[in-house]
Amino acid sequence: MTAIDLGIPGLTGVPTTDEKQSARDYKSDQEVRWCPGCGDYIVLNAVQSFLPTLGLKRENIVFVSGIGCSSRFPYYMNTYGMHSIHGRAPAIATGLAVARPDLSVWVVTGDGDALSIGGNHLIHTLRRNVNLKILLFNNRIYGLTKGQYSPTSEPGKVTKSTPIGSVDHPFNPVSLALGAEASFVGRAMDSDKAGLTSVLRQAAEHRGSALVEIYQNCPIFNDGAFDVLKDADEAQRRIINVVDGEPIRFGREGEYCVVREGFGLAVAKSADVDASDVVVHDASDLNLSFALSRLSTQDLTHTVTGVFRRADRTTYDDGVRAQVNEAKASKAADLSKLLHGKDTWTVVG
Amino acid sequence: MSTETRKLDRVVIRFAGDSGDGMQLTGDRFTSEAAAFGNDLATQPNFPAEIRAPQGTLPGVSSFQLHFADYDILTPGDRPDVLVAMNPAALKANVVDLPDGGILIVNTDEFSKRNLTKVGYDSNPLEDDSLEKFQVHKIAMATLTIGALEETGLGKKDAERAKNMFALGLLSWMYHRPTEGTERFLREKFAKKPDIAEANVLAFRAGWNYGETTEAFAVTYEVAPAKLNVGTYRQITGNTATAYGIVAAAQLSKLPVVLGTYPITPASDILHELSKHKNFDITTVQAEDEIAGIGIALGASYGGAIGVTSTSGPGIALKSETIGLGVMTELPLLVIDVQRGGPSTGLPTKTEQADLLQAMFGRNGESPVPVVAPQSPSDCFDAVVDATRIALKYRTPVLFLSDGAIANGSEPWMIPDVETLPDLTVEFATDPETFQPYSRDPETLARPWAVPGTPGLQHRIGGLEKQDVTGNISYDPENHDKMVRLRQAKVDGIEVPDVVVEDPSGEARVLVVGWGSSYGPIGAAARRVRKLGLPVAHAHLRHLNPFPKNLGDVLKSYDKVIVPEMNLGQLAMLLRAKYLVDVVSYTKVQGLPFKAEELQDVLADVIKGVSA
Repeated sequence: MTAIDLGIPGLTGVPTTDEKQSARDYKSDQEVRWCPGCGDYIVLNAVQSFLPTLGLKRENIVFVSGIGCSSRFPYYMNTYGMHSIHGRAPAIATGLAVARPDLSVWVVTGDGDALSIGGNHLIHTLRRNVNLKILLFNNRIYGLTKGQYSPTSEPGKVTKSTPIGSVDHPFNPVSLALGAEASFVGRAMDSDKAGLTSVLRQAAEHRGSALVEIYQNCPIFNDGAFDVLKDADEAQRRIINVVDGEPIRFGREGEYCVVREGFGLAVAKSADVDASDVVVHDASDLNLSFALSRLSTQDLTHTVTGVFRRADRTTYDDGVRAQVNEAKASKAADLSKLLHGKDTWTVVG
Repeated sequence: MSTETRKLDRVVIRFAGDSGDGMQLTGDRFTSEAAAFGNDLATQPNFPAEIRAPQGTLPGVSSFQLHFADYDILTPGDRPDVLVAMNPAALKANVVDLPDGGILIVNTDEFSKRNLTKVGYDSNPLEDDSLEKFQVHKIAMATLTIGALEETGLGKKDAERAKNMFALGLLSWMYHRPTEGTERFLREKFAKKPDIAEANVLAFRAGWNYGETTEAFAVTYEVAPAKLNVGTYRQITGNTATAYGIVAAAQLSKLPVVLGTYPITPASDILHELSKHKNFDITTVQAEDEIAGIGIALGASYGGAIGVTSTSGPGIALKSETIGLGVMTELPLLVIDVQRGGPSTGLPTKTEQADLLQAMFGRNGESPVPVVAPQSPSDCFDAVVDATRIALKYRTPVLFLSDGAIANGSEPWMIPDVETLPDLTVEFATDPETFQPYSRDPETLARPWAVPGTPGLQHRIGGLEKQDVTGNISYDPENHDKMVRLRQAKVDGIEVPDVVVEDPSGEARVLVVGWGSSYGPIGAAARRVRKLGLPVAHAHLRHLNPFPKNLGDVLKSYDKVIVPEMNLGQLAMLLRAKYLVDVVSYTKVQGLPFKAEELQDVLADVIKGVSA
């Protein structure tokens, strides 16, 4: 085999059904036990509403999670699921994806699970481009352990473990994923069902690792972390939603736009710049995607949403399967021959 | 001239040199020659952890010991009959093991003042009388090799590098070894560099001719082929046999294998070997770390493959939490630990048996896992097939405890008829009407293996405590107590064969119990004391959890039980705790296998004590 059939979109090989599905079909019989008002409910609803539209056999969908509030997610999905151990979901899901090309494998993780204890697995999974969809619920706090700062908390954050403020510097998860050369990176808000669904759909269609960061409110330990993005007026000034192939404008009637500045990007008023200077989003351009990720600041002055990057690259699981299939096709599995090897001798009676 | 030929029943040869001198290759080739000739054999490589320790120093010495015989032998030998020393460091590090009268073959070219000083020789041992109790052959191997290769046009440095093949040629002549295999091997190994291949062949022949034409050696030796059981044999190392066992398990179960692993000494060769056999539906994933390696294996098991991970002690420490997840989710998982000296990084290239208690108990909570240990390089094959049987049948992680001595050591292996290997096929759950994620097979207590993609069996598993039968999350105190006991009962109930006691006279009152790679030295020591008229029984445990059902009765039927281990008494502790038997623990942790002679003394003392 010389070339690997990329089989785009990402669901090639996963059996489909003509049966009509609804969100209800994806709800398990388990009582959902997140705190009242938790952003996780909204994401769960969005995923349960969105999955039926893919038309996949439910038994061929698997959710794998780590540890943390968000990692309870698989229990509430009427699919296959594994609630694994802290930070390791990408590794376990990699094994599953490698073994089973007929599954649509999703990882649900949080900012602590994915970026702290599981940071290594996350970057290597993205680098390898395993065909997994990773939903990173970012609430900028440790919820399950009751309120310590996380790797996405702002410096100075006062929590139970940082009574006079955190001196830790946070990750920008999108920059991190792009630095690891993820082939698909998106961001959405828990409160924006349409935007979230759009990013999820594009992630599902992508063949390869797709990291979707979801800003998610923790009403108990970090309430209002993203409130400035939920206020209609503020959102107009702050949220930069990007669409592949379109000029990047935002605000009321496109009041603002994104232009090049030095090696990076900057926000400008559309009235002040020539239309030809407005950057057109190109999700296949890693440098542009990275520059966009840097427009998002920890203080949410600006937050870019949508799909930053989408690039075709051979997936790890397709690659290893191609090698195995080629070996199986070209060489018989003759156990006796293998055990004998090249040099034998025979003792006769 | 005519040389005398003496017949010997066994010989131990040790090749020792700098780690850049190619001693492992030399030893390996002599082993292949002995195997091709039909001798029984056992080998013991010994090399530094550094790839190239400073040249000519004691820490840089690499050696390969080979024991070959005309009868079935059990160990690589305690002491060499012949020591080949390629430099002063190799001489100094190894000559203490050479018995009086032993043959010492020295490459004199390396005995410069500077090299002697480097290893602390005040005077040249080749020129004083310090070696007079040995039969010393001083040969300028490098010079002779360079001379032999003069016409090849090869640079001096490249030519000099072939001196190990000169040594091999000389030893091959001394012991009447067949040479075709080595010449063929060299031509294949250096197929892409034909001039190097030819140089090595020439050096090999030069060594042979040196023995043949000079009068330095008055005697050559013959060791007749061994009278082994009828069958077809090959030479095999423990790591290769382990890899082949995994390939066999895949075939016997008709399941794919996914190996998730991270390179670590001395286990990496299992990864290297398995990565060659993709045609057997074997996928190898070199993960980003040990934890990912086992995570990938467990994920693959969840998907219906045989998940395998391979590592050494430090890796087991990192994998512990995932082994626990395997215990909780009750999925098949094969965890291979090729033990090395510890704790921490310890002695990466040396052997030890000190991970037994880690394997047994090294996890949080009550987390029982079956433990299986091979007793020799070739035994790895059967033992790993058996470990996989347990993993698949009982849906559990299984710890496989090999060690550095077994992993790198080699011996002849009677190749099994694949038709006689056990059936490992399993049934996945398929019936939505009766399916419960944590219902149990009444005989094995295994839960159903319900793989994603099976219609109607959608369910969720994970590390949280499970409600009996339904597998839903449960914090109920009674349920937790029940599940802890169920998981333990499942492992306790695993069917393992009874332990076999070897006691040829039937009169032994002392039992020596071992596990793992000490089988050879214990077995050899037992033979020796029996020859002295001291009866002793030997039982060797492949199954360390659960123990064989007859073990308690066996232990209690002897006046004294002695347990030699390369740790501080880990099996002894388990036996004492479980059977209340006053076990005598004999321990040594030097990173080297036991010597038969030392165990002979230990056994003899205990036996005499009992008889007194």
